[in-house]
Amino acid sequence: MTGTPWTSDEIMTVTAARSLRDRMSCFVGIGLPSTAANVARRTHAPGLWMIYESGTLGTVPDHLPLSIGDGILAETADTVVSVPEVFNYWLQAGRIDVGFLGAAQIDRYANINTTVIGDYTAPKVRLPGAGGAPEIAASCREVSVIMRHGRRAFVERVDFVTSVGHGSGPGDRERLGLRGAGPVRVITDLGVLEPDPVTRELVLTAVHPGVEVDTVREATGWDLKVAEGLTVTPEPSDTELSVLRSLTGAL
Amino acid sequence: MIVPLGEAVRELVHDGDTVALEGFTHLIPVAAGHEIIRQGLRDLTLVRMTPDIVYDQLIGAGCASRLVFSWGGNPGVGSLHRFRDAVTASWPVPLEIEEHSHAGMANRYVAGASGLPFAILRGYSGTDLATHNPDIKTITCPFSGQELAAVSALNPDVTIVHAQRADRGGNVQLWGITGIQKEAVLAADRALVTVEEVVDELEPVPGQVVLPSRVVDRISVAPGGAAPSYAHGYYERDNEAYRAWDAIGRDREAFSAWLRGLTGADAPIAPTSAGRNL
Repeated sequence: MTGTPWTSDEIMTVTAARSLRDRMSCFVGIGLPSTAANVARRTHAPGLWMIYESGTLGTVPDHLPLSIGDGILAETADTVVSVPEVFNYWLQAGRIDVGFLGAAQIDRYANINTTVIGDYTAPKVRLPGAGGAPEIAASCREVSVIMRHGRRAFVERVDFVTSVGHGSGPGDRERLGLRGAGPVRVITDLGVLEPDPVTRELVLTAVHPGVEVDTVREATGWDLKVAEGLTVTPEPSDTELSVLRSLTGAL
Repeated sequence: MIVPLGEAVRELVHDGDTVALEGFTHLIPVAAGHEIIRQGLRDLTLVRMTPDIVYDQLIGAGCASRLVFSWGGNPGVGSLHRFRDAVTASWPVPLEIEEHSHAGMANRYVAGASGLPFAILRGYSGTDLATHNPDIKTITCPFSGQELAAVSALNPDVTIVHAQRADRGGNVQLWGITGIQKEAVLAADRALVTVEEVVDELEPVPGQVVLPSRVVDRISVAPGGAAPSYAHGYYERDNEAYRAWDAIGRDREAFSAWLRGLTGADAPIAPTSAGRNL
């Protein structure tokens, strides 16, 4: 079935793609989330209903867009709506099953930072900011985060909460009136983290083939716990790899 | 009504104005932004949901003292380095920022266009955006008791958008990704629209937005005026230009050379004492 060598980025993207189910509505962020969603649509989830924040609903691009508003998204969409409509009528009203997000920083409770590294008023690094993420994280039925693992990215506490994950623990999302379940998985180039059902803290639930648990723990800025029943991610199939590579041009 | 771009910008945009150039990835009014740079306008409050490279250029040229926005980046490429340099090193001039989420900005324009003082949305709850921005507050629904976010209306002095075409009477037609342009124009005191072409008759197009001439103050013909973004039905997004901007924007000298190329003169503002090359 398989045997083609793959990279850690490729297994991350394929694992993220597998988390999407056919016919789901998916609010897609640009970059890794967009690549993963398009792999899913071309493999096991042909009915995936992709939404980009530019207002393109049910879009089926024949190549990966560079931005959330490339022409190919509008040309192939079921319909194109205005920006207020996509956020108010579609996202806020609870019509989206899953939000697919990237992040610069994430913390123990899956809170996401895409705003600044360092102090807000005197930042070390100024990042692009919120975009659609705060409301995607709040209102989608669930959220998947895709990002590369590293100690500067996986921190005890984010420098700035751009988008709320699980706040500071159990009950916070409910207290804040956030209606979606929040981040249910964080997929990285080393494995998969999921919130513990009781503490809401991100724990390691899967490692990619050949990755040691200690490697993941070393790449995480908090004392990462390992779930009982830790699994190993299935390797990417030849089909998944060829679809992914045809999209990214890495054939 | 239909006047050259230089004249339209001189008539409608003044130092110190709050100016929104909108267009969500598509139909970005780049030619108008470049005209603002050429005219050396200063102390502008620039508003835009997604400041991308034309805002990087306006900021690097020293036109803005304040930026109101929700996502400032080079889509799919990375950061805006002139924006970063202004925020972290005040080069070429300090830049205050006021930052929102997309949903917040979109609703602020809707309120502005609707003649309301503020908008409500489900948003911002638990985020640090609300902590740092006094224009984000909470409000209790008088019917259900739910706590919701409230954001102030956005009413620019002038909004500038780019569209595919206008007729000779000044009615404007745009289609494809129509973003926030209708709301931004209706929220503004004055509106300038650059167009690819002026035609005798606006033939209907699926998904179109039409801006009646009574809400548009000036129209200027600027073929290719959205490039390197795109105009649906006219030309495609120049993704290579977005990638190429990264190296120019990253370096003060490369940027200054770019600016001289645009204005035909030395950069209007010398680096301040706070400035240093990154």
